[in-house]
Amino acid sequence: MNFIPLWPPSISGYSHQVDLLVIAFTALIISLSAPVFILLVVFAAKYRRGRPADRKHAPNRNVALEVSWSVIPFVALFGFYVWSTDLFARLYRPPADAMQIDVVAKQWMWKFQHPEGQAEINELHVPTGQPVKLTMASQDVIHSLFIPALRIKQDVVPGRYTTIWFAVDKPGVYRIACSQYCGTNHSEMAGSFVAVSPTDYAQWLSRSANDPSLAAEGAGLFRSRGCSGCHDPGSSARAPSLVGLYGNPVPLQSGQTVIADDEYIRDSILLPQSQIAAGYQPIMPTFQNVLSEEDVLKIVAYIKSLRRGEATQ
Amino acid sequence: MTSNMEQRPDPANLDDRGLSETETERVSYLRAGHSLKSWLLTTDHKRIAILYVLSITFFFFIGAMAAALIRLDLLTPAGDLLTNEGYNRAFTLHGVVMVWFFLIPSIPNTFGNFLIPLMIGAKDLAFPKLNLLSWYIYVIAGLFTVFVLIAGGVDTGWTFYTPLSTMYANGNVILAASAVFIVGFSSILTGLNFIVTVHKLRCPGMTWNRLPLFVWSIYATSIILVLATPVLSITLVLISLERLFGLGIFNPALGGDPLLYQHLFWFYSHPAVYIMVLPALGVVSELVAAGARKPIFGYQFVAGSSIAIAALGFFVWGHHMFVSGQSTYASAVFSFLSIAVAIPSGIKVYNWTATLFKGHISLDPPFLFAMAFIGLFVFGGLTGLMLAMLAIDVHVHDTYFVIAHFHYIMVGGTISAFFGALHYWWPKIVGRMYSLAWGRLTAIFFFLGFNLTFFPQFLLGYLGMPRRYHVYPPEFQVLNVISTGGAAVLGIAYIMPFVYLTYSMRYGQPAGNDPWGATGLEWTTPSPPPKHNFETIPVVDRPPYDYEIEMGDDDA
Repeated sequence: MNFIPLWPPSISGYSHQVDLLVIAFTALIISLSAPVFILLVVFAAKYRRGRPADRKHAPNRNVALEVSWSVIPFVALFGFYVWSTDLFARLYRPPADAMQIDVVAKQWMWKFQHPEGQAEINELHVPTGQPVKLTMASQDVIHSLFIPALRIKQDVVPGRYTTIWFAVDKPGVYRIACSQYCGTNHSEMAGSFVAVSPTDYAQWLSRSANDPSLAAEGAGLFRSRGCSGCHDPGSSARAPSLVGLYGNPVPLQSGQTVIADDEYIRDSILLPQSQIAAGYQPIMPTFQNVLSEEDVLKIVAYIKSLRRGEATQ
Repeated sequence: MTSNMEQRPDPANLDDRGLSETETERVSYLRAGHSLKSWLLTTDHKRIAILYVLSITFFFFIGAMAAALIRLDLLTPAGDLLTNEGYNRAFTLHGVVMVWFFLIPSIPNTFGNFLIPLMIGAKDLAFPKLNLLSWYIYVIAGLFTVFVLIAGGVDTGWTFYTPLSTMYANGNVILAASAVFIVGFSSILTGLNFIVTVHKLRCPGMTWNRLPLFVWSIYATSIILVLATPVLSITLVLISLERLFGLGIFNPALGGDPLLYQHLFWFYSHPAVYIMVLPALGVVSELVAAGARKPIFGYQFVAGSSIAIAALGFFVWGHHMFVSGQSTYASAVFSFLSIAVAIPSGIKVYNWTATLFKGHISLDPPFLFAMAFIGLFVFGGLTGLMLAMLAIDVHVHDTYFVIAHFHYIMVGGTISAFFGALHYWWPKIVGRMYSLAWGRLTAIFFFLGFNLTFFPQFLLGYLGMPRRYHVYPPEFQVLNVISTGGAAVLGIAYIMPFVYLTYSMRYGQPAGNDPWGATGLEWTTPSPPPKHNFETIPVVDRPPYDYEIEMGDDDA
């Protein structure tokens, strides 16, 4: 079986489910198509031109039959549609306790940033048994993070965050690939997905814990880039305080209300004119060409860390 | 094959290198003028069809060369034949040329052009000069493509995804987009011409309920050509504006939205798949009826399903974007609508199968190709349903699974139907029979070669080999080698018809009006047809596919 691999490894509850769906669906399509293939051969043999056979009263229409072979496969397909759509919807509802890892894609590498600050390139360490949510940004063109062993894939689109989550149940080293064509070295934009036990993961974290945490790095940027000049509670400029912002509703000048999620915070940094918080002047400059996606992710991590009751330093 | 020996050329003259002409040939459209000018300035739909056959064959072989380079390079996991850049340019060229310069015009512009007037009893298309113009537009666009090739190619993939195409790609993006933009006008004019022709030029008695199914399918295709192509043209203009002038439409750095591009592109390009496959479905309906010498089972359902496929085809584009970041609710709707396309497609296949029941089934080359088509179309269609399932698509999206699926439909389907049509109407086009044995052999080689090439790609895709990969993990090598081996067999099947069909033009036996014993107006006129198709305007007084059916014992 090593000579010609026929089935990829499957390492999560979700990927087992996808395999099951694929196998069941394959059984369905075989049962839908087998009559065609068998009858094609049988008829070609039995009613071969020149061969004597009973050809009397050949029908040339039968509406009941035609309707039934339109409707019955469709009903069967509809069952599979419900199954697969339900499975798909789960990919976009990460559990609340999911660990958050940030991903930045650029031509032609993957950069992964762990919450504690460890950054890796083209290699992603994750603990088994723990839901992990990836928040992904692209620095240039569209990429797509593909981890075949997990049966998941998500495009990484410049100008927005996309997310995906998984929980691995089997340790090992698996492939990461870029599946959205992204230019010259697209096929070399590959990496390893390293699933390890939680204790090994903790060890790995401590071994590579030279970097400050993401939020701490974000705090540094928040000051050095001048954000704190306006957004610190004690500042003289009139800008909204960011304490307790994350996850809460923000009334906008347009009358709408949005939930301040990662995407909202990112947009507010890069496109500050697009969604103005109600009661404030649109005076914030854009940081579009100043901050890289990695820097933005760090600042977002910092802002997320600002909970009520903890004043900014 | 019924024999039609009355037109056998003078046997004494057969030694004369087969040049002897039959009486019919002497007055046919083929001999109506021998000069180059009489071909290049012709407004005869039959001659224009032949101009198209020659030009799309030329582009097919350019596209096939690129495919050969790709398959050879993929023999080894490391990219040792081409550079990464060269590989990307090869698959982009393969896609652009095959989609716009071969598949889209393949059946409509050749057989559609040749047959529609013959099938509906007309002297020509409604706008013969427009027809010639659309060929010239095609040729000009083709020259642009050749120029792109000479200038070094383009490396965006045939999909021109932004912001890669507008900001980051190094190749001749504008030139390639211009070529596709120009060829779009050829599509639009041809579609328009067919629609008007079918509406206005049907002969007396040729009611909508009597239209051959091939005409129905070309009619459905033409509607897509006219409605969808302008969207692509506009999108390509927008790409050029962004690339040339930095207008922020698709690039988020300029305030644009890259997903907007994908919506616009697939709004055209998904219906474009039906532009490729609907004419093929029409051809196969003709071949199945003629091959079984039976009326097609459920004519109304088969005709209506062409229109249903064309209409539904406009509402499924989002299934190309399940992992793009589009709304999950949108994905759920597009998934459902994509599954709905299975209904009219299934009707066709089941109705063809039912047509064979109690038929007189011939295994001559056209009908073998029709059976090959059914096999490949069923397999390609059902794997398409897998792709319509959201959770499955997330895994196999942008992998070789998708490549295999769309090659089964677009290449397996379209080319087996194209070859089926070529082998079926060849005697009508040139007036001579070709070697049936060689034709059967081609059909078998094609079917085996095709499956050997593309079936392993389903496995590669599920294993996780992404498409457009120059360098791949070593565990995928064996399947890639099998695929390349299959491509070699397929290559032989592509070349074989050149030999025996060309040979038949001189040495073949005259075919007579109706070598297959088929119904349809095109078989009532001489082969090759005279310049104006019919001696007198035909009058239709019977349903289509009016083959004889054995009734009770008293009929025996």
